[in-house]
Amino acid sequence: MIAYLIRRILYSLPILVGVNLLTFALFFVVNTPDDMARMQLGIKRVTPDAIEKWKQQRGYDKPLLLNSAASGTDKITGTIFWQKSASMFVLDFGYSDDGRSIGREITTRMGPSLAIALPTFLIGLVAYVSFALLMTLFRATALDMAGVALCVLLMSVSGLFYIIGGQFVVSKLWHLVPISGYDGGMGGFKFVVLPIVIGVIGSVGSSSRWYRTIFLEEIGKDYVRTARAKGLSELAVLFRHVLKNAMIPILTGVVVIIPLLFMGSLLTESFFGIPGLGSYTIDAINAQDFSVVRAMVFLGSLLYIVGLILTDISYTIVDPRVRLS
Amino acid sequence: MLVSLLVVLLSACDGGLWNNPYPAADGGKSIFYTAFTERPKHLDPAQAYSENEYEFLAQIYAPPLQYHYLKRPYQLVPLAAAQMPTVRYLDKHHQPLPDTAPAEKIAFSVYEIHIKPNLRYQPHPAFARNASNPNAQGKPEYDHLTPHDLRDIHALSDFPHSGTRTVTAADYAYQIKRLAHPQLHLPIFGVMSEYIVGLKDYAAALQQAVKKNPGAFLDLNKYPLPGVQVVDEHTYRIEVYGKYPQFAYWLAMPFFAPMPVEAERFYAQDGMRERNLILDWWPVGSGPYYLSENNPNQRMVLTRNPYYDSETYPTAGEAGDATAGLLVDTGKSLPLIDQIVFTLEKETIPYWNKFLQGYYDASGISSDSFDQAVQVNVGGEATVTDAMRVQGITLSTAVATSTMYTGFNWLDATVGGSSERARKLRQAIAIAVDFEEFVSIFANGRGIAAQSPIPPGIFGYREGEAGINHYVYDWVDGAPKRKSIETAKRLLVEAGYPNGVDAQTRQPLVINLDTTASGVGDKSRLDWLRKQFDKINVQLVARSTDYNRFQDKIRKGDTQMFYFGWNADYPDPENFLFLLSGAQAKVSKGGENAANYSSPEYDKLFEQMKNMENSPARQAIIDRMLEIVRRDSPWLWGFHPKNYVLQHSWLSNVKANVMANNKLKYWRVDAKRRDALRRDWNQPARWPLWLGAVVVLLFGVWLWRVLRQREEAK
Repeated sequence: MIAYLIRRILYSLPILVGVNLLTFALFFVVNTPDDMARMQLGIKRVTPDAIEKWKQQRGYDKPLLLNSAASGTDKITGTIFWQKSASMFVLDFGYSDDGRSIGREITTRMGPSLAIALPTFLIGLVAYVSFALLMTLFRATALDMAGVALCVLLMSVSGLFYIIGGQFVVSKLWHLVPISGYDGGMGGFKFVVLPIVIGVIGSVGSSSRWYRTIFLEEIGKDYVRTARAKGLSELAVLFRHVLKNAMIPILTGVVVIIPLLFMGSLLTESFFGIPGLGSYTIDAINAQDFSVVRAMVFLGSLLYIVGLILTDISYTIVDPRVRLS
Repeated sequence: MLVSLLVVLLSACDGGLWNNPYPAADGGKSIFYTAFTERPKHLDPAQAYSENEYEFLAQIYAPPLQYHYLKRPYQLVPLAAAQMPTVRYLDKHHQPLPDTAPAEKIAFSVYEIHIKPNLRYQPHPAFARNASNPNAQGKPEYDHLTPHDLRDIHALSDFPHSGTRTVTAADYAYQIKRLAHPQLHLPIFGVMSEYIVGLKDYAAALQQAVKKNPGAFLDLNKYPLPGVQVVDEHTYRIEVYGKYPQFAYWLAMPFFAPMPVEAERFYAQDGMRERNLILDWWPVGSGPYYLSENNPNQRMVLTRNPYYDSETYPTAGEAGDATAGLLVDTGKSLPLIDQIVFTLEKETIPYWNKFLQGYYDASGISSDSFDQAVQVNVGGEATVTDAMRVQGITLSTAVATSTMYTGFNWLDATVGGSSERARKLRQAIAIAVDFEEFVSIFANGRGIAAQSPIPPGIFGYREGEAGINHYVYDWVDGAPKRKSIETAKRLLVEAGYPNGVDAQTRQPLVINLDTTASGVGDKSRLDWLRKQFDKINVQLVARSTDYNRFQDKIRKGDTQMFYFGWNADYPDPENFLFLLSGAQAKVSKGGENAANYSSPEYDKLFEQMKNMENSPARQAIIDRMLEIVRRDSPWLWGFHPKNYVLQHSWLSNVKANVMANNKLKYWRVDAKRRDALRRDWNQPARWPLWLGAVVVLLFGVWLWRVLRQREEAK
């Protein structure tokens, strides 16, 4: 397995370089360094000298990908691409275009994002699997039909509706929790309750239906018939055998997103005033802050690769037959 | 159920209202709660230039002057200065000239500023003095920090000691020098280098110094700036080229606030930047408040500067201010509020609902909430709705010193230029595009149709018939009335476009509007604009583009029409009329005249007017300038927006002032009343929790029974 992991890590390097190159190309197709300077300096009273000075100080006065005026390795290293990208491979994200440390910003904002995303993920997983098992238990009955109809209904409603509706009913009409805000420590619970509940409810429909499909597929297999023939109760069949055997498809969809929980959720954080990472990338794109955009895209790719590797490892844990080689 | 239980438990622990977003311990305290929607980019007074940045900086820094809070029209009064600056005029040989000397003879103006002697900076570690080490007693405690010393430091509050010191004239001079700092991005350097004597050369000298010693701390005190002299501890002089009366307005902006060199030295130490401990993030000021908490992703807190004791509430205002209760606190020490909590609210819905719940003390009004908040009475006056009145919410309005206009590119062959044909076409369009309707539909009536670039409240603006644009309006029954579409069509015929068709080419007239508007909400605006052009059978094509391409088109003059706006730096007509000056043409000079309008007559009058004091003679020149631009119509004059602010009954001394950004120090909060009303408005409804618990319980019992029955049946 160690050899497999090393190989996967080595494979990820060209992927990261490629993602970085693609981000770079896409960003600079839309924004020139002059545009970036104007965005940072504002539109009032900006002189060409100020733009040149800004570019010079931020290192955007160099050629994009190839420095033909330089010689030797400087042709590559004396470019914006190299100077803005190389340090990221040692996780040094540098400074945003407004002069603030990106690494510090990410570490500060990760916590609040996780405070919402992790409980939503864990509670959601338990809730969706339980609901799907319940529907499977009562399959082809009125309860199952009602459950599926409810899932379709919940899937059809926009996530934004849950947020605004939830804030209106729970916070505005019933005054049970603050409409928005955040606080660290125990005092923060009252702020995260509603976003977590809404986050869980918002995905009940799609996730529960997906798990129900997996369970229904498993429940028709021979080993389930054998278990029933042995006289096991339906609950025991479902929880001891079906759930265990359905773990591979569940893990495929679940483990890969665990590392990405750090990245937060744009809508939830924006409406609930959570100071997380959800809007960091979007804000940076709007502000044409390339330093932040490339750092966040790099981090996202890295976490996704980590998620895929973790998924592979998790297969070996839930199914001893799986060997990574 | 788990959630319900959690809420109950946690709320019980806090002891306050369940939906209170603030700690219960803050109840009864003199705190003003407000929100910000966008994090400030800069908090360095040399670099900040946006309204959302000044919202903070104006409370933290104390420049020499400020705008009188109550009096109108807006007038400058001393803030850090002991009295208004004295101005001496000199000729080109530096010989004194009388105050009445003509502007063209004045080669230099010298502003002498005396600052108050008792001003002190906020508490800050940069001022902390070493008391424990006998060898370094009295020296700065934190001026030789190592990365090891900083290992547990993440915010300024992590430094165990802080100190203060008296503000000196040298600090003001130092900040002016910073306006030329080669490592800072200074938005007004271009303007100031044209006026402050020697600033341009000074910037070049500093640039050389940085090249010689890259990475080293640049001590500006080692480099003298000829245009700034420190006379004594509390007096300094600024020398500017020519006569520039508007310079006094700049002295009311944070660009000219004092900066202690210790602060720059402190932040320049190794390891500070990695911790975001920079002047651009943690200001060091001598104003009424200091930034005690800075998390722009969540909240920023300003706390009363304990060393600020130099200012009292104004003793006089306008007629009616006393009746409105605005002079109750006359003579009291400022600030009246101990702390200001700014919370980031990116979305308008939570912001609005928290205001209604009493968790924000004041609020603007978004379009979504407008009908809920404001009603217009028969006389056209905006008042709060009954629902707001029941809550004790009041409304204050003020016309902003801004203008939102639609420009014609003067360089365009069809709509631009001074030909009679193009002029009449522009005049026809100006009549057809009904900005009264635009304001009514898209701004909920929050604005007034503009008659010229100058908004109300600025010298040069005229009320009544004398102030209307006679090319677009008639004065009917004591009010301006837009000319008829027939008049516009007649002008179009005279321009050679009968019925919207070019008489020479027989082609329909098509005009392109370049805009960054592309969202769903923008579509209705563009549809409305097309309809306005349809009235005179002219086709309008909206060319939506991204922000970068739009700016590029404007710079290259590759447009026909475009939307633009201008927010005044200071309340002087020069700050609006320069937008049409030929010397400011965007394409040829890279200036602020985005329409590239050019009129030698206008330019000549502008040069004459710009350095004059307000007087009947200046008004007469402005009248002539406005007549020229109204006739030429290089802009559709658009509208001047109106600011609407709602405030709760516990907030006092609120008077709309669009020029003063430092108004929070005058406001007062009745915290006891706020707490009582919050309690009345926010009692939690417990029944949904009980209902939820019962439903979950019943479902569990039912499920258990069904499962048992199924097992038994098996």
